Amino acid sequence: MKGFIIKEFFHIFRDRRSLIILFGMPIVQILLFGFAITNEIRNVNIAVLDKARDEASERIIEKMLASGYFVMNGYLETEDEIEPIFRKGKIKAVVVFGPDLDRNLTAGGIAPVQIIADATDPNTANTIAAYAASIVRDYQADINPNVTLPLETIPEVRMLYNPELKGVFMFIPGTMTVILMLVSAMMTSISIAREKEMGTMEVLLVSPLKPVQVVAGKVLPYILLSSINATVILLLGYFVFRMPMQGSLLALMGTTLLFIITTLSLGIFISTVAQTQQMAMMMSLIGLMLPTIMLSGFVFPIDSMPWPLRVLSNIIPAKWFILILKGLMLKGVSITYLWKEVLILIMMTLALIGISVKKYAIRLA
Amino acid sequence: MTYSDPIISVDKLTKKFGSFTAVNAISFQVMKGEIFGFLGANGAGKTTAMKILIGISRPTSGTATVAGYDIYKQTEQIKKSIGYMSQRFSLYNDLTIKENIEFFGGIYGLTSRQIREKSDALVEKLGLQDKFNRPISDLPLGWKQKLAFSVALLHDPKIIFLDEPTGGVDPVTRRMFWNMIYEAAYRGVTIFVTTHYMDEAEYCNRVSMMVDGKIEALDSPARLKEKFGVNSMNDVFVRLARNQDKAKVQ
Repeated sequence: MKGFIIKEFFHIFRDRRSLIILFGMPIVQILLFGFAITNEIRNVNIAVLDKARDEASERIIEKMLASGYFVMNGYLETEDEIEPIFRKGKIKAVVVFGPDLDRNLTAGGIAPVQIIADATDPNTANTIAAYAASIVRDYQADINPNVTLPLETIPEVRMLYNPELKGVFMFIPGTMTVILMLVSAMMTSISIAREKEMGTMEVLLVSPLKPVQVVAGKVLPYILLSSINATVILLLGYFVFRMPMQGSLLALMGTTLLFIITTLSLGIFISTVAQTQQMAMMMSLIGLMLPTIMLSGFVFPIDSMPWPLRVLSNIIPAKWFILILKGLMLKGVSITYLWKEVLILIMMTLALIGISVKKYAIRLA
Repeated sequence: MTYSDPIISVDKLTKKFGSFTAVNAISFQVMKGEIFGFLGANGAGKTTAMKILIGISRPTSGTATVAGYDIYKQTEQIKKSIGYMSQRFSLYNDLTIKENIEFFGGIYGLTSRQIREKSDALVEKLGLQDKFNRPISDLPLGWKQKLAFSVALLHDPKIIFLDEPTGGVDPVTRRMFWNMIYEAAYRGVTIFVTTHYMDEAEYCNRVSMMVDGKIEALDSPARLKEKFGVNSMNDVFVRLARNQDKAKVQ
C-alpha cells in the first residue's frame, strides 16, 4: 500500500501537465478571479455637465473622484454633447448638476442632480448609478445633518455579510469548488483511465491487491494534494483578498474534506465508465466542470434561473458546498445550521461510491 | 520428459455474455512444468478463458482449479501463486527500472531485502546495470518485454500466464524471449501462453486449439501435425478453422 502511494506520487510529479493542473491552475485562477473578473467598478470614466458651478457641485465632484470609483474625463458645456460622448464609448456615465444647486440643497429642497449611465452593460450601469447616487446623498446628509431629507422616503439598503458587495467574496468559494472538482474528479478519473489504457490495470487486478486497495491507492494521494490546494486557496483568500473567516475553522476543514471525498467518488465513478484518458477528460470537463461553473450559483444566481435549471442545480454537489462555504466564512453560522447541505453531500458521496462498486462488480463478473 | 502432475484442471468451463457463449464447456489439464500453448483465432474465446483462470472474470458454469485452488472461492490464493504478463506492455513507462521492480515486488508482498537481491540478480542477468535508474520509456520494446517477463516472475509464481507476450516484437527478440521462457520452465515454472504466431506453437510441449469457444484439438505439436497430415502448425490451424466454417455452412 505504501509502495502504491509512492508510485502514484512519481506519476504525478513526473508528468509536467498534471503538475501544472495541480498547482499552477489554482493559483492563477484565484488571482484571475480575484483581481480581474470582478463585478465591482473601479476607475469609471465620467463626464460632468455642471450648470450650477457653485460650491455644492464642486464638493460633490470632489467627493466622487476621491471615492476611487470614478475618474474625471472632462466637462461638458451643453446637453447636446451628452449623446456624442457616450457614442465614443469611453465615458460610462455623465453627471448633470442643475442650476442653483447650493441654494436648493441648503433650503432642504430636492437636489437637481441627474446621473446618466451607459446601459449597454446593464449591470455596470446599475452599479455606477447606485454608487453615484449614494455619494450625492452622503453629501446632502453632510450639509444638513438635522433635516430629514427630501419629502419622499429614501429606502436605506444595508447589505448584510458583504457590505461592500465585494465580488471576490463570491469568487473564492466558487473558485475553490471548481478547482477541487478539477483536481480531484478529473485527475483521479484520468489517472485510473491511464492504468486501463496502458494495460497496467489488468496487471494490478491479477495481483493479490484487492480492487478496493487499488482504488484507495489511486485516490489517497489526491486527497492529500486537494487538501493542500484547498489550504492554499483559503490562505490566498484570507491574506490577499481579506476574505473574512467568521465561522469555525474546524467545520470549514471538515466540510472541505467531505467535499474532496465527494469529488473523488465522482472521479472514481467516471473512471468506471471511461476507458481512455481522453474520454475521462472529456467526461470530466463537459459533465462536471461546465455544470459546476454554470449551475452551482458560482457565476449565475440560481434564484434567477428558469425552474428546470433550478431543479437541475440541486444535483450539483458544488452548489451545496458553495452554500456551506458562504455560510461558514461570510455569515459565520454554526455547522448545525448547515446540516442539510452536509447531509446532501454525504448522501451523494455514498450513492456515487455505491454505484461505482456495483458497476465494478458487473465488470468483474 | 513426461508431465503427469496436473497444476491446472478445467472441467466444462463456460462463460456466457447474454446469449453469446464465449467459452463453451471447455475441459483440459495443464501439467506441472510444461509449456502449454493456448491457441485460437481472434474472438475464439481464449482471452476470456484465461481471464477466468487468473481470477479477474467469473465463469457462468463449470469448475476449475489453478495451482490446486478453486477459481470460485480461492482467487486470493490463486493470485499469489501466479504471474501475469499481457500483450500490452505492462510496466510503468514513467518509472525507472528500479522503481518498477520495487513497486511490483511490493504489491506481491516481498520484503525490501528480497526485492534488492532479486533486482540485483535480474539487472545483472539482463545486463541493464547502466539503465537501472532510467525511466522504462528509454528502453527498446524488446527489452521492455523481457523486463516485464522477469518482473512477472519476481515473486516466484508456480504458473505464469502470458497473453500474447511477443506481439509487435522482432523475430530475434522473440527468439530471445522464448529462451527466457524455456529457462523459467526448466526451473519448474508452468507456462500458460497464448499466441498468434504458429511458429511459436512449435516451441510448446502441448497446444490446445480453440475455435468458437470450444477446444477442437489438444496435443503435442508433433502429434497434431501427424493427425492432420500436414507439415506445420500453421496448416493445422488453417485446417481446423476451415472445418469449422464448413460445419457452419451445413
